[in-house]
Amino acid sequence: MDRRSFLKATAAGAAVLGGARGLAAPALAQGAAARTLRFVPQANLANFDPIWGTQYVVRNASALVWDTLYGLDDKLEPRRQMVESEEQSDGGKTWTFRLRPGLKFHDGEPVLARDVVASLSRWMVRDGMGQMIRAIQDELVAVDDRTFRWRLKQPYPKMLLALGKTNTPMAFIMPERIARTDPFQQITEYVGSGPMRFVRNEWVPGAKAVFARFDQYVPRDEPPSWLAGGKRMLVDRIEWIVMPDPATASAALQNGEVDWWETPLTDLVPSLRRNRNLVVDIADPLGNIGSFRFNHLHPPFNDVRARRAVAMALSQEDYMRAVAGDDTSLWKASASFFTPGTPLYTEAGGEILKGRRDIEGAKRLLREAGYNGQPITVLVAQDQAPLKAMGEVTDALLKSLGMTVDFVATDWGTVGQRRASKAPPGQGGWHIFHTWHAGADCTNPATQIQIRANGDGAWFGWPKDDAVEAARDRWFEATTLEQEKAAVEQMNRELFRHVTYIPTGFYLGFQAWRRNVSGVVKGPIPFFWGVAKG
Amino acid sequence: MYAYVARRILATIPVMAVVALFVFSLLYIAPGDPAAVIAGDQATPEDVERIRQSLGLDRPYLVRFGAWLWDILRGDLGVSIFTNLPVSTMIAQRIEPTLSLMVVTLLFAVSVAVPMGVVAAWKQGTLIDRMVMAFAVLGFSVPVFVVGYLLAYVFALELDWLPVQGYTSFREGFGPWLENLVLPAIALGSVYIALIARITRATMLEVLQQDYIRTARAKGVGQRGILFLHALKNAAVPIVTVIGIGIALLIGGAVVTESVFAIPGLGRLTVDAILRRDYPVIQGVVLLFSFVYVLVNLAIDLIYTLLDPRIRY
Repeated sequence: MDRRSFLKATAAGAAVLGGARGLAAPALAQGAAARTLRFVPQANLANFDPIWGTQYVVRNASALVWDTLYGLDDKLEPRRQMVESEEQSDGGKTWTFRLRPGLKFHDGEPVLARDVVASLSRWMVRDGMGQMIRAIQDELVAVDDRTFRWRLKQPYPKMLLALGKTNTPMAFIMPERIARTDPFQQITEYVGSGPMRFVRNEWVPGAKAVFARFDQYVPRDEPPSWLAGGKRMLVDRIEWIVMPDPATASAALQNGEVDWWETPLTDLVPSLRRNRNLVVDIADPLGNIGSFRFNHLHPPFNDVRARRAVAMALSQEDYMRAVAGDDTSLWKASASFFTPGTPLYTEAGGEILKGRRDIEGAKRLLREAGYNGQPITVLVAQDQAPLKAMGEVTDALLKSLGMTVDFVATDWGTVGQRRASKAPPGQGGWHIFHTWHAGADCTNPATQIQIRANGDGAWFGWPKDDAVEAARDRWFEATTLEQEKAAVEQMNRELFRHVTYIPTGFYLGFQAWRRNVSGVVKGPIPFFWGVAKG
Repeated sequence: MYAYVARRILATIPVMAVVALFVFSLLYIAPGDPAAVIAGDQATPEDVERIRQSLGLDRPYLVRFGAWLWDILRGDLGVSIFTNLPVSTMIAQRIEPTLSLMVVTLLFAVSVAVPMGVVAAWKQGTLIDRMVMAFAVLGFSVPVFVVGYLLAYVFALELDWLPVQGYTSFREGFGPWLENLVLPAIALGSVYIALIARITRATMLEVLQQDYIRTARAKGVGQRGILFLHALKNAAVPIVTVIGIGIALLIGGAVVTESVFAIPGLGRLTVDAILRRDYPVIQGVVLLFSFVYVLVNLAIDLIYTLLDPRIRY
């Protein structure tokens, strides 16, 4: 019996017993305990600067503490959040924003336009869309306490999306004195204007983070919808309890020691479902997209024929079964670089990933590309379950094509370092690595750095293709949904023609909470507003 | 005696210096990049490089080592790359749970293992002896995390006697403090009990063959007196040695135990720091553990003098 089987067996037994015992459980806790929500996050909150560090866990915690000017709703539309009104003038080149009245930071100071200007100035340095705006910016100034103006050299139709998007780094608003920190240095004060305050003296990185309700927060009147609408807190205190071991988190949830677990292991879900005190549901309908990333700088994958050979032999089903299991409601093959079920989704040009896999054709193409049996260095992070699974499928795939595989089993920290190396694979570089992208970040081209094909400026692998970049530019210029769809279709086609990288499929994950917790919604971030306990 | 203690304490300085050099060098050549972890998956290579520069990770080895050593000499363990908190603060946050776990485990293990070993030696070849030896083999063979899961399953989930996870500070009461430590201490102590019980049994068997034991029997000393007054005292030196060596075992085991029971101790801090390549934290914790180990060895050497009057420094 391996460790994984042991965990499943233990959890299964625990679920049966936990469920049975739950029938005779005493009345729900009252008072302070009922006003405290205990949450197991996806990872450790090791730092707390959403601009400096762009891990999702930091963003998720930051969404409680810092507010944004706009917030994406569940239709993926940016809605006003801190902003009361906005106005475009000068042919779309000037934006004038007015803040809602009564906004306050946790230190009691009012939120002023100059705080916004400083915050956006810091954010722009680190964010892809921010950098685009910065490149065409004439000035960003506070006009009065509640008004700020952005004057650009040319129109930027995606302005509101940039200010309200969910992918990291989000445009969080901080007090000016904090926002003046170098974007490549960490802030040391955690004062926001969001619905919860960060209780710094209870923060034990790696173990616990605590948030207390900010009584002076003024929510919007609209009903909450993801990051938009009224963020009404129904609990006084939220404790993030870090649990590195999924079996422990599962047992703690079943035992009532925690209330909500953000990312239960798929293997443990059947046992959690058998417990009548628990609710298990999909965490984020936008899911994740697996990624097979090539290094375009070195043979054989500097030749499009070699990349195409791998694509025509690759089975997304194999990858998805390895990552998400045999429950086909949890994954789908998706010949797209974009998130299924979202307005811009397209499979245009994705034929290479569909139908019968052509191993012999792929071998021929590899020979034409000049592949001569040199070892293919595949970086595989063993400490990330989906990446380990994808790496093993890739190993088998490449071997089926007659390739020699140098399977580098390592940890994610090492992959993170080595993938940045442009050296030849035999000298510390690489040929292939895997990762995944949150579906929420793949709903449009703006929020995907991985689809850039601008050579040295591109993401790891440094692909270069002018047609891919031109299609991306077309999307940024689009002003209607139809134009956007046309641009994305073209982009999907060009990405597959160039085989910039290969999407290995779309898959979903779970979340679980105790039945006495209500108001949990599905989304790319755990949204705590509207969640009640007891 | 005092001169000896002073000499030993002074001798820790070169030992710690070697440890510091070794740890720093090992981390320097180890693969991994904290800047890449900080920057996240969406960062560009340029962003990662800027962060690396801001953290000073692009400086040459000797410059970095010199700066670190200078800070250490001034009593400053540095600042965590990730949390921006002083390493000493992070260690202070985490030391109580780990110390509590180790003390409870140590007390529990010694109080169970020594009598087990004594009884096994006394009843050599009987069912009791075989049961003790079987337990010892089991204790060595079953990984700590398996014991931990089983204990949590039975005593927390099935019987609901104890919590599954977490730690309650001693300041919040002895009962809640102990409640959170019982299962982790049993899990972590299982290997330790096996080790001490085996050594106790083996040493006792040897001592029980000695002439002075036979003489004591001939003089009519009772079984309890022979075992605990004459035999165990003479067997104590190797047992104490093993208990001391086992502290290293406890430190290693605490890493796993703290993860299984979600105890916010130094073990978890170390693992998290290694996975993220938080060099100042790794260096600080390893230095601390090394220092503790050196002190434990010194303490054991001093305890020898209490157990065996022939040993003098």
